Amino acid sequence: MSGPEASSPPDGRQGWQASEPLARGVAVEPALRAARSSGRKLLVPYVTGGLGARWVEVLQAVVDAGADAVEVGLPFSDPVMDGPTIQEASLRALEGGATPPSILDALAAVEVPVPVVAMTYYNLVLRAGHRRFAKMLVDGGVRGAIVPDLPLEELGDWSPAADAGGVETVLLAAPVTPDDRLAELCARSHGFVYGVNLMGVTGERTSLAASAQVLAKRLKSATDKPVVMGFGISTPEQAVAAASHADGVVVASALMRLVLDGASPAQVGDAVGAFRAALDRG
Amino acid sequence: MTPSGDAPVRMGEPSADGRFGSFGGRFLPESLVPACQELEAAFRAAWAPDSAFRTRYRALLADYAGRPTPLTDCERLSEELGVRVLLKREDLTHTGSHKINNVIGQGLLTLEMGKSRLVAETGAGQHGVASATAAALFGLECVVYMGEVDTERQELNVFRMKLLGAEVRPVTSGSRTLKDAVNEALRDWVASVETTHYCLGSVMGPHPYPWMVRELQRILGDEAREQCRALLGGADPDVVVACVGGGSNAAGTFAGFVDTQARLVGVEAAGGSAIGRGIPGVLHGMRSYLLQDEWGQILEAHSISAGLDYPGIGPEHSYLADAGRATYEVAGDEEVLAALQLLARTEGIIPALEPAHALAWLVRAARDGTVAAGSTVMLTLSGRGDKDAEQVMAALR
Ligand SMILES: Cc1ncc(COP(=O)(O)O)c(C=O)c1O
Repeated sequence: MSGPEASSPPDGRQGWQASEPLARGVAVEPALRAARSSGRKLLVPYVTGGLGARWVEVLQAVVDAGADAVEVGLPFSDPVMDGPTIQEASLRALEGGATPPSILDALAAVEVPVPVVAMTYYNLVLRAGHRRFAKMLVDGGVRGAIVPDLPLEELGDWSPAADAGGVETVLLAAPVTPDDRLAELCARSHGFVYGVNLMGVTGERTSLAASAQVLAKRLKSATDKPVVMGFGISTPEQAVAAASHADGVVVASALMRLVLDGASPAQVGDAVGAFRAALDRG
Repeated sequence: MTPSGDAPVRMGEPSADGRFGSFGGRFLPESLVPACQELEAAFRAAWAPDSAFRTRYRALLADYAGRPTPLTDCERLSEELGVRVLLKREDLTHTGSHKINNVIGQGLLTLEMGKSRLVAETGAGQHGVASATAAALFGLECVVYMGEVDTERQELNVFRMKLLGAEVRPVTSGSRTLKDAVNEALRDWVASVETTHYCLGSVMGPHPYPWMVRELQRILGDEAREQCRALLGGADPDVVVACVGGGSNAAGTFAGFVDTQARLVGVEAAGGSAIGRGIPGVLHGMRSYLLQDEWGQILEAHSISAGLDYPGIGPEHSYLADAGRATYEVAGDEEVLAALQLLARTEGIIPALEPAHALAWLVRAARDGTVAAGSTVMLTLSGRGDKDAEQVMAALR
C-alpha cells in the first residue's frame, strides 16, 4: 500500500548488521553482571530526556553519584504506564520541544561511563521505523531499551531489529505474570529483567508493595540475568528492602519529582547518593 | 489497492494474535496481559452459539433495553434529499444510544468472571451512562473517567451517571477529552485488575475488545438487515452509513451488511479523521490509523461532538478501509448542525451530534450525486439528541 506509510520517516540504512563495529555506548548486561559480581546492589536512576535545560547535567550528576546504569525516558504524549510525576515530566519535556533525535543528539555529545537504557512507548519506535530507531539509539550511545507496551506476543518486529542493531531489549515482569510466562520472559529479556514491584503505574508510594519481594524471589529463581526491581521506590529504605531479594532497583518518580520542584542537578545527585549509600550499607 | 485481492471481506474472528489484517493486536503492559487473556477466554466461551449467556443477553436487550429497535422509513427527508432514507433507531433504546448493547454484554461477562467493579471511559457520556446503568442493573461498583472538557459540555450526562450510582472522575491530563479518559481508565485498571473489569465503550483497545464489542453490537446490524429485507421485498439497501468515533455502531452496522452489495460508509468528524489524515501507529493497545506527528506523538482531535473526539479508530475499520470494503468520509461541525436541524424539522427526530455526522455526509452526498438519486440508504441513528440540546442551543445562538 502507498499513502500514509510513505510519509513515515525513512527506515534508515537497510541491511545494517551487528557485525559492524558498535561505535558508542556501554553494553548493558556485561556491565551489570560485572557490578553484581563485585558484590554491590545495582542502582538504576531514571531521568526524563529533555526535561528542562539542564537535563544532561542531571544525568551526569546521577551517574556520578553511583549509578550502575541509567534509564533515559524518551517522552510520549500518552504514557499509560506512568503516574502523575512522570506524566508531568513527559509533558513538560514535550512542551519544551523534546524529540527522540534532540535527546539522542544530546546524549551523543557526552561520554556516559555506564550503560544507558532508553525507556519509551512503542509508537515512537514504530513511527521512526524499527531499524532506524535501533540505529538512532546506538548512535546516541544507548544500548538498551524498555518499551512497556510491547509484551512478549508483540516483540516480533522490534526484537530482530534491536538484536541486529545492538540494542538490548529489557522486558518487564509483573506480579500477575504466571510461572511459564515468567520463564519465557526471562529467556527473551536482554540486559536485565525488570521486575514491576506492584500492580499499578509508576509514581511515589509511602511503602513498598508486598508483591515486590514475592516477584523478586520468583525472578531470581527463574533467571541468572540481573534482576532489577522498580515502580514506587521512593526512599533509600524502600530501595534496600526491594533490592534485598533482587540484584538492584530503579528509582524514577522520586527523582523526577525533585526536578519538577526545581532541584538543581547537584541536589538530584545528592538524592541518588543517599540511595547509593543505603544500598551499600545493605 | 486491496491487499486481500478478490477474496470477499468478512467480519469474522480476528487472527489468534487479535489482528484484522495488520491492524489490532495487544500492545499492553505485561500487568494487563493476563486479564486480556482471561477476558478473551471468558467471552469466547460465553459467545458460543446457543449459550446460556446469549440467551440472557438477548432477553435483557429485549425486556430491559427495548430491542428490536424500529427501522423508520423517512418520507419527508427522502423527498427533500431525493434518496430513500431508512433510519435504524438506536436512539429509542433504553439510555438513548447503541452503547447499551455493549454494556449489557460486558456487564454479564463481568459477573461470569467474578469481578465486582467496572471502570469505563466516556466521551459524550453515553457510554458512561450506559455503563452506570449496567452497573446498577447488575449490582456492580462503577467508576467513569471523563475528560474535563467533556464533563463541562456534557453536564447532564455527568448528573445522570451520578444518579445511577456511578462515580465520575474528571480527567485533567492531556487534551482532557476521550483519549485521556482512556489513558486514565487503563491506569486504574492496571492497579485494580483483580476485582475490576474495564468496560471499554467501542471497538478499540487491545484484543479481544475490538472483536468482542463488534460482536455485542452486531445485533443492530443483523436486525437492520432483516428489517431492510422485509421492507424492500428481499432487497438490500444500496448504501449503509454510520458515524465513527471508535467505531462501534458502525462496526455493528457493517457486520450485518458486509456480505451484501451495499456500499459501506463510515463518517468521522473532520477534526478527528484517523483514516483520512492518520497513519498507522499504536495507541491504547491497538495498531490502527492514528493522528500523530512525525515522531509519533499523538495529536489531539477536535470536534463539536464529544463522542467523535478521538485521534484513532477501531482496528477493524482500518482493515476495512485498506481492503476497500468500506470508505471513510468526514463531516464538519457546521454541516452537522444543519443536518441535525433538517432531521428534526422533516421527521420530528432530534439526533445526537454523532449520528448527525452520518446524516451530514448523506445530505452532501445526495446533493452532489455521490449517492445517486433514487438510491436506498440505511443510516444508523446511533443516539438521541437530548444530551446535546444545551450545546446545540449555544452553537446555534
Ligand atoms: C450516540 C453516539 N453515537 C456514536 C458514538 C461514537 O462511538 P462509536 O463510534 O463507538 O459508535 C457515541 C459515543 O459517545 C455516541 O454517544
